[in-house]
Amino acid sequence: MPRLSAWFVRSALIHLTLGFTFGGLMLWNKGLPLHPALWRLLPAHIEFLLVGWTVQLALGVAFWILPRFYSSRGNTKPAWLAFFLINGGVWLAGMGAALGAPAPVILLGRVLEAGAALAFAIHAWPRVKPLSPEVKP
Amino acid sequence: MPIVTRTFVKTALVYFVVALLTGMLVAARPVLELPPLVIGLTPVYFHLFMVGWVTQLIIGIAYWMFPKYRRDMPRGYDSLAWTTYALLNLGLLLRLVAEPAQTVSPAPSWGWLLALSALLQWLGGLAFVANTWPRVKER
Ligand code: HEM
Repeated sequence: MPRLSAWFVRSALIHLTLGFTFGGLMLWNKGLPLHPALWRLLPAHIEFLLVGWTVQLALGVAFWILPRFYSSRGNTKPAWLAFFLINGGVWLAGMGAALGAPAPVILLGRVLEAGAALAFAIHAWPRVKPLSPEVKP
Repeated sequence: MPIVTRTFVKTALVYFVVALLTGMLVAARPVLELPPLVIGLTPVYFHLFMVGWVTQLIIGIAYWMFPKYRRDMPRGYDSLAWTTYALLNLGLLLRLVAEPAQTVSPAPSWGWLLALSALLQWLGGLAFVANTWPRVKER
């Protein structure tokens, strides 16, 4: 897989690990109470698993397998930008909310996430097309 | 399609149906005046969908399609893949039973089962990551 896909997928696996850890702690705590503060992990749990894991994995695999222009993946700069925006956004919005950060921090996180969506869409748009022939005619 | 993948994907499809039926039940509660146990199914509905269906489908397909681990072990450790399957599904099924039960009639036995469910799913996640991480390779 290309370098950017490997980065997206590795980051997705890290978010899966952290998100499952937060969820596991909350579920344990729901059965055998450890500490009420563990409930504060809920926003980080949700952001890490919905966006950091599921969405990020989809972006990584899409960058890898969408049709190419012969061997080129087109303009990859917006896709790289999406990588940094989505990860910054997930941490600001998810960890921000879990740590009780002020509302503008969470807003900034969501702005970065939306920016990631836009940047990735700009990259992927022209790649949603019929497959190129394997070799140049 | 390898047998590990077929098992994950078919199980995921079953969860897909069960999750949406559970969602239907949750929505039917106020209409049909179903017992309060059904309220306790809300997080179960969501996790049957996101863990049982979406995550399990991803795990099955990743095992099949990701770059090879080694020539003699293209898909990593099969024992780890089966361990992932057992831990994740046992954990999720325990949650399906224990979470609504703990919500309507909290009892130490439900609490212990819920904690066990948390531990099993967490270990299942770790087993998947351990087997998949070395297969994420640039080329
Ligand atoms: C891809 C996987 C997952 C996703 C996308 C996810 C997402 C979510 C979401 C959106 C909620 C809020 C739902 C609500 O308030 O009803 C939630 C709650 C929760 N999740 Fe997860 N989750 C995932 C996996 C897990 C796992 C593996 C565990 C435990 C091992 C877990 C434990 C919990 C707990 C304890 C809650 C709080 C339930 C309550 O309100 O009592 N989650 N999760």
